[in-house]
Amino acid sequence: MAKAKQKKLKSAQKGKACTGAVIFRETLEAEGVDTIFGYPGGVVLPIFDELYESLDKFVLTRHEQGAAHAADGYARSTGKVGVVLATSGPGACNLITGLATAHMDSIPIVAFTGQVKTTLIGNDAFQEADVTGITRPVTKYNILVKDVKDLARIIHEAFHVARTGRPGPVLVDIPFDVSMAELAGTPDKQIRLPGYKPQLFGNPRQIQTAAKAINAAERPVIYAGGGVILANASDLLRQLAKQANVPVTTTLLALGAFDQENPLSLNMLGMHGAAYANFAVQDCDLLVAIGARFEDRVTGNLATFAPKAKIVHIDVDPSSIAKNVKVDIPVVGDAANILKELLKLVEHRPRTAWIEQIGKWKKQYPLTYDRKAGVIKPQYVIEQICEATKGEAIVATGVGQHQMWTAQFFRWSFPRQIISSGGLGTMGFGLPAANGAQRGNPDKVVVSIDGDGSFCMTMQELATAVNYSLPVKSMILNNGYLGMVRQWQELFFGKRYSATPIKSPDFAALARGFGATGMVVTEKSEVREAIEQSLATNGPVVIDFHVDPEENVWPMVPAGKSLHEMKMGPLA
Amino acid sequence: MRHIISALVQNEPGVLAHVAGMFAARGFNIDSLVVGETENPDLSRMTIVVRGDDRVLEQVRKQLAKVVAVIRVRDFSGVAHVERDLMLVTIAVTAERRGQLMDLINIFRGRVVDVSPKSVMVQLTGPEDKVEAFIECCRPYGIKELARTGVIAMPRGVKE
Ligand SMILES: Cc1ncc(C[n+]2csc(CCOP(=O)(O)OP(=O)(O)O)c2C)c(N)n1
Ligand SMILES: [Mg+2]
Repeated sequence: MAKAKQKKLKSAQKGKACTGAVIFRETLEAEGVDTIFGYPGGVVLPIFDELYESLDKFVLTRHEQGAAHAADGYARSTGKVGVVLATSGPGACNLITGLATAHMDSIPIVAFTGQVKTTLIGNDAFQEADVTGITRPVTKYNILVKDVKDLARIIHEAFHVARTGRPGPVLVDIPFDVSMAELAGTPDKQIRLPGYKPQLFGNPRQIQTAAKAINAAERPVIYAGGGVILANASDLLRQLAKQANVPVTTTLLALGAFDQENPLSLNMLGMHGAAYANFAVQDCDLLVAIGARFEDRVTGNLATFAPKAKIVHIDVDPSSIAKNVKVDIPVVGDAANILKELLKLVEHRPRTAWIEQIGKWKKQYPLTYDRKAGVIKPQYVIEQICEATKGEAIVATGVGQHQMWTAQFFRWSFPRQIISSGGLGTMGFGLPAANGAQRGNPDKVVVSIDGDGSFCMTMQELATAVNYSLPVKSMILNNGYLGMVRQWQELFFGKRYSATPIKSPDFAALARGFGATGMVVTEKSEVREAIEQSLATNGPVVIDFHVDPEENVWPMVPAGKSLHEMKMGPLA
Repeated sequence: MRHIISALVQNEPGVLAHVAGMFAARGFNIDSLVVGETENPDLSRMTIVVRGDDRVLEQVRKQLAKVVAVIRVRDFSGVAHVERDLMLVTIAVTAERRGQLMDLINIFRGRVVDVSPKSVMVQLTGPEDKVEAFIECCRPYGIKELARTGVIAMPRGVKE
């Protein structure tokens, strides 16, 4: 600690004036930041000027929402903190959707916004907005910097809060005069935050009780959530499942935490989950929730959720525990730490009857669709993308039917593989998030499986992909509808398709207009070849797949119903 | 059930807005919320009176503790403690009935802090139920204006 305090900033050593902007740049360097996504403006001019020599670290998006989602995709795919920089007022306001998306899914982001001069704050100055006020409910923590002497410390605190405990977005609002001000003396870098002490190690007695319950269970199920991925605990989860012989179902956000080729995999649960996952949850005698939060899309009717089960809940956020369901064995702490301890205590049990029962459900209710159809079924496109990329691609999605089909028909095998907005369900997330993931994983294939509606919400980010040579492949499942809403209208509102049919632009021509490659696929026989061709193309590609317009996502638990009351669809 | 929750917080701008906003966003019902500095000028204490069942109160405590600027949260339910609410109330009263009202004020150990020909202003401290009982007794006279601080509380004995 004393060492950090004594060490002068590099610039100070060089004799250059140590302004807020310099502190900003050097503190980000000290945090190891290699990429900033953002957009300039008046009050962030001093900071952008300071970044002029290190612009190779900067990605200029075409909309601040795009920057926030890109930082999010970068964070989800790399496990590092995503960084965003935007100007005051309108720039900051454009971040809100991205911050809320990251907040709901506990993604570590630090967003920096410029603010008007401290002397103007509260005066309705040009491009002033109460950004800490507006973002309070959509950030884990936010703060307005009032004095340049606090800047370095606050930035370190922001990164610390964003990445520790239950991660989340943090916003730091920096007034123009603070980034201009020169600091006399050495900056204070010591993190304070007396009210912030995440509990990382589980109570040993609770862990023992949980292990006993697992060993005693005849029909246990592990329900893994995004927290497993955030805690980098996927390997430990796999070990636990194997060692204790317990089947695993995951949420949308935890797809990839467990290898779906593993016979213990139950695939995804919830509203559009696999029937066998939902049946297993409804019938289990012990549900071990790890880094999951019992959201309504997952549980269906809470009153009848997992009715026979004792519940173990492992989570780093104490307020997640017992928020929605009564928990029998709560364990607060980091999932990786707790799983390590559990592994010392759990034992293998044969559970033959249970495993057999699950095998029967899997046979009887597989995830399926009409494979013989002559038209292009959206699920078919997804299977072909999966095969063509050998299941090794990082896959971002928009929100809607295509997102659920992607979850169902891609074969997930590694953590941080799916980049999808689960909690907020943000249309327009796909392309910018894929850009961020590609930037963080230059050697990987990054695909964005998108909807015709979702793509239109942030398609300007194609310009970012072209400018920065991010070879993201956008696969648009063009059904001519805001399909997920249309599905609800079909099923629950007498097929009155109010405001859901959409006429899209010529996506391929649009892609070419942006300087990307564009293709259209209207025949099933052309699907695979087009995908292969896009993968062989340098740079970003958009493929417009004209898919069956009125295909539905099955199975489906109607809102408010119990998981076992799922509708199977026409093929079952 | 009614709970008195005390939160030790960093004395920073925005903390009150944060806590109040969190209560509103999560639909918690608060009767009162009082903030004031403590013996340490860097720290403030918020005293919040909340109603709800055990599930709700557990969430209230956890969500409060989750706010980064909140250092410690304590629920006074089941803890021996002293609680006080301070009220100023102006009661309409004519000269003839003033004596009668004075008896009432004395029973409640209130203090008259201002008098005019047609009214008196009374200062009263005590736990909420005492303050509320006094209000009921004053209603027949006519209450012209009333202000309360809301409850603050501290545990008995030397602890913390
Ligand atoms: C920003 C935003 N606005 C509205 C919605 C509500 N919504 C959920 S799915 C959906 C339709 C999505 O259409 P599309 O992207 O074409 O996907 P599809 O369902 O057709 O696959 C809508 C409008 C949303 N999730 N996000
Ligand atoms: Mg669509």
